[in-house]
Amino acid sequence: MDNYLLIPFLPLTAFLINIFFGKTFLRDKAHWVSILAVFGSWVVSVMTVAEVLQGRTVNKDLYAWISSGGFMVSVGFLIDQLTAVMLVVVTTCSTLIHIYSAGYMHGDKGYYRFFAYLSLFTFSMLMLVMANNFLQLYFGWEAVGLCSYFLIGFWYEKKSASDAGKKAFIVNRFGDFGFGIGVIMIFLSLGTLHYAPVFKGIGSLVGQTVNIHLLGVQVDLITFIALLLFCGAVGKSAQLPLHVWLPDAMEGPTPVSALIHAATMVTAGVFMVARCNPIFSLSPLAMSVVAVIGAVTALFAATIALVQNDIKRIIAYSTVSQLGYMFLACGVGAYTAGIFHLYTHAFFKALLFLCAGSVMHAMAGELDLQKMGGLKKYMPWTYRTMLIASLSIAGIPGLAGFFSKDEILWLAFSGSSPVGKFVWAIGTFVAFLTAFYSFRLIFLTFHGKFRGTHEQEHHLHESPKVMTIPLMLLCVGAIASGWVGIPHLLGGGAHFTEFMKPVLGHLEGEGTHGDEWMVMAISVFAGLSGIGLAAFVYLRESNLADRAASQFAFVHKILWNKYYVDEFYSAIIVKPTFWIAKNVIVRVTDGKIIEGIVNGVPALIGKVSEVLRKVQTGRVQEYASIMAIGTFILIALALFW
Amino acid sequence: MIPLQWYLWLSAAMFAIGIAGFLIRRNIIIMFMSIELMLNAANISLVSFGHHLQDMRGQILVFFIIAVAAAEAAIGLAIIIALFRNRTTTYIDEVNEMKG
Repeated sequence: MDNYLLIPFLPLTAFLINIFFGKTFLRDKAHWVSILAVFGSWVVSVMTVAEVLQGRTVNKDLYAWISSGGFMVSVGFLIDQLTAVMLVVVTTCSTLIHIYSAGYMHGDKGYYRFFAYLSLFTFSMLMLVMANNFLQLYFGWEAVGLCSYFLIGFWYEKKSASDAGKKAFIVNRFGDFGFGIGVIMIFLSLGTLHYAPVFKGIGSLVGQTVNIHLLGVQVDLITFIALLLFCGAVGKSAQLPLHVWLPDAMEGPTPVSALIHAATMVTAGVFMVARCNPIFSLSPLAMSVVAVIGAVTALFAATIALVQNDIKRIIAYSTVSQLGYMFLACGVGAYTAGIFHLYTHAFFKALLFLCAGSVMHAMAGELDLQKMGGLKKYMPWTYRTMLIASLSIAGIPGLAGFFSKDEILWLAFSGSSPVGKFVWAIGTFVAFLTAFYSFRLIFLTFHGKFRGTHEQEHHLHESPKVMTIPLMLLCVGAIASGWVGIPHLLGGGAHFTEFMKPVLGHLEGEGTHGDEWMVMAISVFAGLSGIGLAAFVYLRESNLADRAASQFAFVHKILWNKYYVDEFYSAIIVKPTFWIAKNVIVRVTDGKIIEGIVNGVPALIGKVSEVLRKVQTGRVQEYASIMAIGTFILIALALFW
Repeated sequence: MIPLQWYLWLSAAMFAIGIAGFLIRRNIIIMFMSIELMLNAANISLVSFGHHLQDMRGQILVFFIIAVAAAEAAIGLAIIIALFRNRTTTYIDEVNEMKG
């Protein structure tokens, strides 16, 4: 437990080694440093988690970071049950994905750079989850965003990739702006940023209100803080209305999509909301907002995923949708269920992405589902692992996704939240959609006949061992990670809920065993019928999909264009900004004011020096005589005045 | 016992000669020597004051000046040699291009 500092700092060391020596010395060996460091950090994490399981936690300030008047912030680490779960998720996924990347990125000219950033990301994420105060959380929060930007735009020569990187960064600004204000509000109202005193003192703010002069309204202080914090979560975890960056982020290398844009970074929002549960729990309004935004996002993203053809984008929308589930859970008070889903989701979603990467590897970068098909016999391991991941996400009993999804739906249904039943209904419907689009992906990719070119067919092959072995290991996670939280109803011990109780509290669903069986049966039925429908549409009646698309052309068009959200933002935000930039900033501010000053000052100096330069003759002795005369005058003044 | 004033007159005279040489002569080597003369004039007055006030600091400072003068001489001579190689002259009126 004393060596917990190694957990974040091993990856940081790997980053430093790679960024300084990667290009010249390590080159194609760069992965060794990173893999060893991240693996080491995994080992230490597991040891730490073992101690947390025995009930020992750490909350230690390392040193004072900022101390200015009444403002005191330390660099400190908090390792409790919630952190422990995140440590497992982050280091496990990170290690496996580092290994996979050694195969996937092989031969790329930015090889060392890739591993450097990946390690830096791991460090930042670990700092985020291990922080014991809001400022350090904010540091990690921004640092993972920065790494995400680096890695989305990793292939920066490609215009679409660098654009996607910028988009991710800028869209996140909107959320982080709110988050930053939220943190400041916490400091202003409580005078500290450390978790423990904040969560202890937050109760004293009940009933206080804050005036928003700009809008002329009074709002409840805690609700205000909670919603501002949630703003940050909405940006980072790609919820409505800031979800637009995540699908575009798929321009980055696939391991990045798996690690950052599925398993870890995007779940930071959920983690933060769960971490701040004492704040959220005091504001029923904020909770309902969280739940409804989560549910609506889940539905919204799932419907888009139904019609897309880009294999990675489907999985990206699936991620948005599953993140919506997690927020739904947090919003109804079932933080434990949300974190449980975060934990199982990390495994099966990372697996889905890595499988997609494996498929892309075989297809020489092809992403279009319509050009695949029948890959089952060429890549058996990818097929098997991806099938299991899809079964897991569809909520098939026994697999990881089933337990977490079932827990969320049951607690939404039975909990005391005013919007519980509503979000439960959406959640169940989304479970159906999830199963459908996941298996649409499977059937179009692996079943049927190959629809690509002959050249591509000739090239098809299973990925190397360094890629398939991480797939198999993650597959174990996708199957078994849920077994730690088998509910009492199914004869399990609900160990996960027990474990998280000290941090996240416990939400007891109200209802009979019969109700619980019913909720479970409905969600399993939804999942199975989704799979069944996908099988019917894409295996039996192969032209049914096209006929449905032309029948409902209007709906299909809306979904295909992702509800025109990008176009909408472009019209109301991007274009006006460009207009202002072009007509106000360039013409007036830049052209007149700044250039006026910048050109005016040298022009003035030029005029003055025109006069002064006559003094400079270039003859040393003239200068010296002026100096000597000056000195004599000074001495004379000193002596006789 | 030689009174302090004598030393100071000597020092002042050396300094004046130095300044005059530096201002009047056009040969850069002579000018350089004039500078050395001024430095040593300062040294003399420092040492004499040091002696007069029974204070070692005057002499300590002189050591610094000697060290600096040595360094300066090395660099100055190097510059003169470089100048001569480029221009084959040691007369500074012929090197007055550094003007505005």
